[in-house]
Amino acid sequence: MAKESVEDRLIGLADVVVEAAKKKKDPEFQIPVRALSNVAFNEKRRIIEMKNATTGRSFFNLGMAKKFMQTMLVADALAELQRADCTTSLREIYYRTKHTLKESSENTFDDQSESDPVIEDLEVTLEALREELHVSAEGRGSIVGNITLVDNGDPIDCTRAGKAGHTVPSIVEDPGFTIKKCNADFVLLIEKSTQFNRLSEDKFWKKHNCILLTGNGQPPRGVRRLCRRIHDEWKKPVHVLVDNDPWGYYIYSVVKQGSINLAFESQRMAIPDAKFIGLSSFDPEKHKMPRNLGIKLKDNDITRAKELLAYPWFQKKEWQKEIKHMLASGLKYELDALANKDFRYLTTDYLPKKLKDKDFLD
Amino acid sequence: MGGTSPAKKEAIPELQKVKEVPVHRVSAEDMAKKQREISVSEFFAKNRHLLGFDSPRKALLTAVKEAVDNSLDACEEARILPEIEVRIEVAGGLKALETPKAEAKTEPGKPADPPKGPSVAQAERFIVTVTDNGPGIVPEQIGRIFAKLLYGSKFHRLRMSRGQQGIGISAAGLYGQLTTGKPVRVTSRFNEKKPARYVEITIDTAKNEPRVLANREATDWTAAHTGTRVAIELEGRYQKGRTSVDEFLEQTSVANPHAKIIYVNPEGQNTVFERMVAELPAAPREIKPHPYGIELGVLMKMLQDTKSHWVGGFLSSDFSRVSPATAVEICKKAGIDPKMLVRKIHGDTAEKLYKAIQHTPLMNPPTDCLSPIGEKAILAGLYKQIKGDFYTAVSRKPAVYRGNPFAIEVGLAFGTGQAGMVESVMAQEDAVPLAEGEEDEREGEVQMARVMRFANRVPLLYQPGACAITKSVIETSWRNYGLSQSRGALPTGPLVIFVHMASVWVPFTSESKEAVADYDEIRKEIRLAMNEAGRRLSAFVRKRERAALELKRRDVFEAYIEEVADACKRLKKGKLDSEDLKKRLSKIAKDITGGDKTDEILKKKGQEEEPAGESTIIITPEGAQGAVPQAPGAEAAHQAAPTAAEVAKEDQGAAQAAENKRSKAEKKEKGHGKGKR
Repeated sequence: MAKESVEDRLIGLADVVVEAAKKKKDPEFQIPVRALSNVAFNEKRRIIEMKNATTGRSFFNLGMAKKFMQTMLVADALAELQRADCTTSLREIYYRTKHTLKESSENTFDDQSESDPVIEDLEVTLEALREELHVSAEGRGSIVGNITLVDNGDPIDCTRAGKAGHTVPSIVEDPGFTIKKCNADFVLLIEKSTQFNRLSEDKFWKKHNCILLTGNGQPPRGVRRLCRRIHDEWKKPVHVLVDNDPWGYYIYSVVKQGSINLAFESQRMAIPDAKFIGLSSFDPEKHKMPRNLGIKLKDNDITRAKELLAYPWFQKKEWQKEIKHMLASGLKYELDALANKDFRYLTTDYLPKKLKDKDFLD
Repeated sequence: MGGTSPAKKEAIPELQKVKEVPVHRVSAEDMAKKQREISVSEFFAKNRHLLGFDSPRKALLTAVKEAVDNSLDACEEARILPEIEVRIEVAGGLKALETPKAEAKTEPGKPADPPKGPSVAQAERFIVTVTDNGPGIVPEQIGRIFAKLLYGSKFHRLRMSRGQQGIGISAAGLYGQLTTGKPVRVTSRFNEKKPARYVEITIDTAKNEPRVLANREATDWTAAHTGTRVAIELEGRYQKGRTSVDEFLEQTSVANPHAKIIYVNPEGQNTVFERMVAELPAAPREIKPHPYGIELGVLMKMLQDTKSHWVGGFLSSDFSRVSPATAVEICKKAGIDPKMLVRKIHGDTAEKLYKAIQHTPLMNPPTDCLSPIGEKAILAGLYKQIKGDFYTAVSRKPAVYRGNPFAIEVGLAFGTGQAGMVESVMAQEDAVPLAEGEEDEREGEVQMARVMRFANRVPLLYQPGACAITKSVIETSWRNYGLSQSRGALPTGPLVIFVHMASVWVPFTSESKEAVADYDEIRKEIRLAMNEAGRRLSAFVRKRERAALELKRRDVFEAYIEEVADACKRLKKGKLDSEDLKKRLSKIAKDITGGDKTDEILKKKGQEEEPAGESTIIITPEGAQGAVPQAPGAEAAHQAAPTAAEVAKEDQGAAQAAENKRSKAEKKEKGHGKGKR
């Protein structure tokens, strides 16, 4: 059964209000819960999936009234985008929906942190993808390597993208965006731009025939989706290179299985075959990095690491060993610490050895 | 000496030098030549800060305070309704402050600015004149009262009064004398049939004795009644605000609603603090000391001074709450024959007696010696001086610390005094849209509660942090009463907390009488009083909050319905009767919040819930409810000014009543005249 158009789904919200008013009832939406309690790890598909717990958002409840009103305002703005057929940012939606209430100085939204979750609520409620809602996140991320893309009709050869690489747009869907050609052997997804720049400058991608991709921290949707498409459409393996700390592990797990907050998007974002290339908590010993290159784990690092240990998708023996080893050492290591040996240590020693030994975690 | 090597090198020859000097021993006889008595006056001349004269600004306040305290004490003891005029002038007049520079600046054609404002702030010399309608002072005593330290009527008695030691006013005079060289000028009339006397005196600091410079018939006492005027010229500074003379007099008026105070400040502004209660507080009775409150040394002194011959008699007649039977019991415990002669008791025996007393159960001292302000009068005082929506007062029954009876009274004034007006005022203000990161200032305003501390009706303005009263306010959990309070801080909100301690002996932390010392019994009483007042406040605050919340609920829904209905209409591309939708949603909102019934119930309940007990006043849009002061002057302060005739009538009535009492009292009072502390 084909779904209704996004616009019709948005109009449906107005109908809920009108119908409730006719029946003299409190209008209410059911919004899927976006929390750990409402996700499950699908062992077979190896991705995080959303369960079907919902929470009611009703109008005539003092605690929810404002949120309800905000939801209607955002829905209105999203419908406007559909009709005008343009794409905008989260921030512009915030400004579009901000005004004071009649005869008061109260704002509909005080800052963007109020409107962003409402948009995510609507994504899950209407089962609409963000790009279907015509909302883009910041374009944050770069790509370089043996791949040719077509964006908005322009062919982009990523072997000629310079040191900085080509910026990954936030929406990388057909038909506006296609992957025309890919002759690389694998994708290396890098957490931080420092290492991306180093490898790009050293033309690591040329020597090892790969694609370098970074998202500057937790990769945004565009980067994750592009990575998934390369993996799906051109059958290229994906390796993830992150800092050796709990946040690095989590970045890897989001790429691999999807996130808790946006679990409904896992099926089109997650790359269950992605491999963790480093930095592993065993690497400092293998590469003879002295203790003083480490950073003491803070309380919140330890708490986070213990949370990871409990996640169903971190239950593999190797992963339990990996995380426990970090906890036992009491130290975390940044990728940057490799520079202690040599500025090019990452390019010339660390990665080639890892690739040669196939020293990956799954 | 430091431990560094150069210091050591220098130290060695010095040591040798000392050894070489022939030792001249000072003999006891030599020392005796230098040993002599230090007069108290000399001592205080060098240690003026002990008496509250540490800075020019504080000195001005202390001088006013001492004179006003004296006047009030004298009036009350003579059973006269006090009317006191406080006048502060720049010495030499305001013209004395005009500088040639200021004159030069004046351009022709332009009138010279009157030398007010900044000039007064620059002035360094003032004349403080305090005039009362008290009983006056017999001329022979004037010198000693105003120019001899530690002379007075109050130190030797256990009786509740403002002054205690007999230092205050003479210290103010001494300070004036030290800083300006001018004598204290006193005009006093103690007998209506005789003319008033004018006396100029200075203090001989070496002897602590008055020196009279002039003593003649006064020409400028125009009033028909008795009274005293004291004028002191002194170095000082006049500044408004916290710990100012203005604040002192305002608070004095709150705690003494039976007094009328007229205040003329150095700028020539005239403020009248009207009388709110037309009856004098009950006269406090003098009591004998309670045995639990004395120390061994005091007991030995009393043994020397007593008129009794036997120990048993001494105990039962010189102390309160010791009956002849109890006296025998005490003696038994001490192993002393009750018929033992008092003069035979020394050292060890006295100590045994002292210990026996402390271990004998005794009744608490009588408490009718206290004259608390009373809940009604506190309410009247607060209502007159503080703008608020809610007032309450609690007078605790007397309690005892270390054998001294005391009573704690607490008053609260809460709110901004804009009940009922708030809404309309808010609506009039333009609703300015708030930018990101801005907060609504009306809500964000944080205001600490103001604590007014009093000891025997005297405001305490300095050292709030050292005072048991402040500590008790802080350790009270105001959160339980609907106010916000940070840890270890005063509560926040539009709140004035009035705390009064009445006692025959208030334990101050120092001679300048600025803070009440910390006794568990005192803290406990303050806390209990505050809890009671707090409970009443919380009932009021919670009710206001409930009403506000219900109102807000309605308002919130109404405002959001607009937005939701309009958004729906736009979503449906205009194909929606949004006005109909709004109506329907409003109907649901009303039903959900209880509909018209809620309005009625809320209103009705509101009226029923406002019994505004005997010691509470609540201001509502309909007016003040509860124990609103009925005394003349109440109207005057809160609403329109009274007509001159009304005021005159009231004053006459009060004066007459006082007149009658006075003529009776006068015969007895003669000779005692003015009390001193």
